[in-house]
Amino acid sequence: MDSAYRKRLIAIWIGIAAVYLAVLLLDMTLRPTSMLLTVLKKGAIYSLVAVSMNLLNGFTGLFSLGQAGFMLIGAYTYAILTMPGDVKTSESVYKYYECFITFDTGVFIGLVAAGLMAALFAFLIGWPVLRLKSDYLAIATLGFAEIIRAIFQWDVLGPVTNGANLLRSYIDLTRVTLPFTDIPFPPTLFVFMVSGICILIIVLLINSSYGRAFKAIRDDETAAEAMGINLFRSKELSFVISSFFAGISGALLAMFQYTVQAQQFKSMMTYEILLIVVIGGIGSISGSCIASFLYITLSEWWLRGLDMGTFLGISAPSLFRSGFRKLVFSVIIMVIVLFFSRGIMGDKELSIPRMRAAFARAAKRMRKEAAG
Amino acid sequence: MNSMLELRNVTMQFGGVVAVNDFSMHIEEGEIVALIGPNGAGKTTAFNCITGVYEPTNGEILYRGRTIAVNHPRGRMKRIYGGLHGDMYASRRVLNPTPDEITRLGIARTFQNIRLFRSMTVYENVLTAMHLRARQNALSAVFRISWKEEQRMREDTERLLKEQDLYQYRDEKATSLPYGKQRRLEIARALATEPELLLLDEPAAGMNPQETKELSAFIREIKERYSLSVFMIEHHMDLVMDISDRIYVLDFGSPIAEGSPAEIQRNQRVIDAYLGVSEDV
Ligand SMILES: Nc1ncnc2c1ncn2[C@@H]1O[C@H](COP(=O)(O)OP(=O)(O)O)[C@@H](O)[C@H]1O
Ligand SMILES: [Mg+2]
Repeated sequence: MDSAYRKRLIAIWIGIAAVYLAVLLLDMTLRPTSMLLTVLKKGAIYSLVAVSMNLLNGFTGLFSLGQAGFMLIGAYTYAILTMPGDVKTSESVYKYYECFITFDTGVFIGLVAAGLMAALFAFLIGWPVLRLKSDYLAIATLGFAEIIRAIFQWDVLGPVTNGANLLRSYIDLTRVTLPFTDIPFPPTLFVFMVSGICILIIVLLINSSYGRAFKAIRDDETAAEAMGINLFRSKELSFVISSFFAGISGALLAMFQYTVQAQQFKSMMTYEILLIVVIGGIGSISGSCIASFLYITLSEWWLRGLDMGTFLGISAPSLFRSGFRKLVFSVIIMVIVLFFSRGIMGDKELSIPRMRAAFARAAKRMRKEAAG
Repeated sequence: MNSMLELRNVTMQFGGVVAVNDFSMHIEEGEIVALIGPNGAGKTTAFNCITGVYEPTNGEILYRGRTIAVNHPRGRMKRIYGGLHGDMYASRRVLNPTPDEITRLGIARTFQNIRLFRSMTVYENVLTAMHLRARQNALSAVFRISWKEEQRMREDTERLLKEQDLYQYRDEKATSLPYGKQRRLEIARALATEPELLLLDEPAAGMNPQETKELSAFIREIKERYSLSVFMIEHHMDLVMDISDRIYVLDFGSPIAEGSPAEIQRNQRVIDAYLGVSEDV
C-alpha cells in the first residue's frame, strides 16, 4: 500500500467523521421536526436503497425494478417484529385480526431480519428468473413488487400483516435508545449510522474479487463465463445482497415514518429510486448518495412552494397549487435524463484529486472568460 | 493413455444450418493443433461446443478421458438431422456444462472478436480472471478476512503482466490498447485461469506482419512456460504451418482432412477447398 493511497484513505475517513459529527450537532441543536433533519434522514434512507439498486443495475448490469417490493418486505418485517407483544395482542393496532406473532424483538434484530426476509424473497424469485439470459428480470421484478404489495394487503394474511390497515407503535426513530440504556439515540445520526455501515459493506463488496466478477458480467457475459465466473451464482449473489439492503432501507423508512402501509410501496417509488441512480450516475456509489440528498431536498423542501402558493417569493396561488410541483419536477428530470444522461458522476467516484481538478478547470475557464 | 481433449461425432445444428458436421478429433498432451478452414466453416462453432457456449446437437466431448459434454438429437427440429451417428448417443444421459465449469476444468480460450472487459484496466482484466482459482467466499472477501488471498491474486497478476510484456500498460483501459496488444492481453487473461489447454480463436487476426511473426515464438514460449497444450484456429498459413504439430481442416462444417503440416499442404481436397482459393485472392 503506497503512501499516497493511505493519505487519501485517511482523508476520506476524516471527511466521513466530519459529516457524522455535523449530523450529531444538528441533531442536538435543531428542532426534531425541522425540515433539514427530515431531509437528511430521508436522504440517507434513499441513499442506501439507491446504492443497493446501483449494485444491481450499475455494477452487475441487471436491470431490476423490484426495489419497492423488497423495501415493503423489510418495512413490514421490521414493524411486525419490533411492535411490542402486548400491543400486537391488544386491539390497538390489529383491530380486525388476532395477531399471529406474539413476541417482539429489538431494533437490531428487527433490522437484520428485515434484510434477511427481503433477501430470502430475492433468492426465491431469482432462482427461476436469473437463469434466463435476457432482460426478463425487469418485468419479473416489477410484477413481483406489485404482487407482494397485493399479498401484504390480502385479508387472509391479516393475522400477520394487519391486512390493508396500517402498522404503528413499533420502535420508530424517536424510540431508539443507546444500547443498554434509556438514553434516546440521536435519530438522524442513527439513520446515518445504519445507512453508512450498509453502504460501506456494499463498497467493500464492489471492491472485492466478487465485485470484479459482477463488473465482468456487466461488461461481457460471454467473456466473464469464459473466465470461469458462474453467471447464475454471481447474479443471484448480487440480487440477494442488493435486496437485503433494500429491505433494511425499507425498515429505516418505516422507522422514519412512524406508521407504515403496504399501499405506499408503489412502482412509482422504484422509479424514483431508479431516477436517483440515473441522476447520480450508473455505476457511481457517491453519485447515488449525492443524488439522493439532492432529490429529496428538491422534492420535499425547495420545490414545496410550488404546491403552496409562494415560490421564490413569487405569490401566485392560482398557478402554484397542488400538483404543480410534480409537473416542474418532471420537467427537471426530463432535462437531466435528456442532456446529462451520464448523471452527475458518470461511473466515477467522488475523490479529492478529482474535485481539485474540477475546481482547477472551473477556475481556468473563469480566468479565460475574465481575460477574453 | 487418454487424450487431453477428444471430440466424437460432434455435430452442431442451428435450425437448418449444420455448422459442425460429425467432427471427431483429439489433442494429445503438449501438442499444438490447428483448426483451419474457410470463413463460415464452423471453426468457432466447434470452439463454442468445447467451451460450453453451445450444446452440441449430437456427439460427445471428453477431457482427459472424462466425458464433459454429451448430447443427441431430441425433439422435432433436431431429429431432422442428427449427423451420421444420430442414434449412437441416444441412450446417453445428456450432459451440458456451462462455460465456467469448462474453464474450471482447465480449458481457457480467447475470442475471435476480442472480448475484453470494457470498463476495466489491463491490470483489472487479468485480476478478474484470477477470481476462479481464489480460495475465498463472499463473506471472507467482503470483510477482508481473506485479504492474503487477494494480495496473492494481485501479486500473481503483476507477475503475469510482467511475463507477458504488458506491465507498461498496467493502468490503461484495456480497450485503448493497440489491437495486437489487446490480443496478447486476452491470452494473458486466459492464462490467469491457470489452464492446461488453451484455445486460441484467430490470435493473429488484426496483427501486423511483425506481430504475427512474433506470435509464433510467443505461442511456443507460453506453451513451454505454462506446460500447455494449444488448440488454435488461424488463417495465417505461415504461422499454422510453422508451429502446428497437427492440423484439422473443416469445410462447410465437415472435416475434410487431418495430418501434419506437410501432409495438409499436399492434400488435394484441402487445396481445392481452401488453400487454392486463398492463393487466388
Ligand atoms: N448462434 C448461431 N446461430 C445460427 N447460426 C450460427 C450461429 N453460430 C454460427 N452459426 C453459423 O454457423 C456457421 C459457421 O460459423 P463459424 O463457426 O463462426 O465459422 P468460422 O469460425 O469457421 O468462420 C456459419 O454459417 C454461421 O452463420
Ligand atoms: Mg470464426
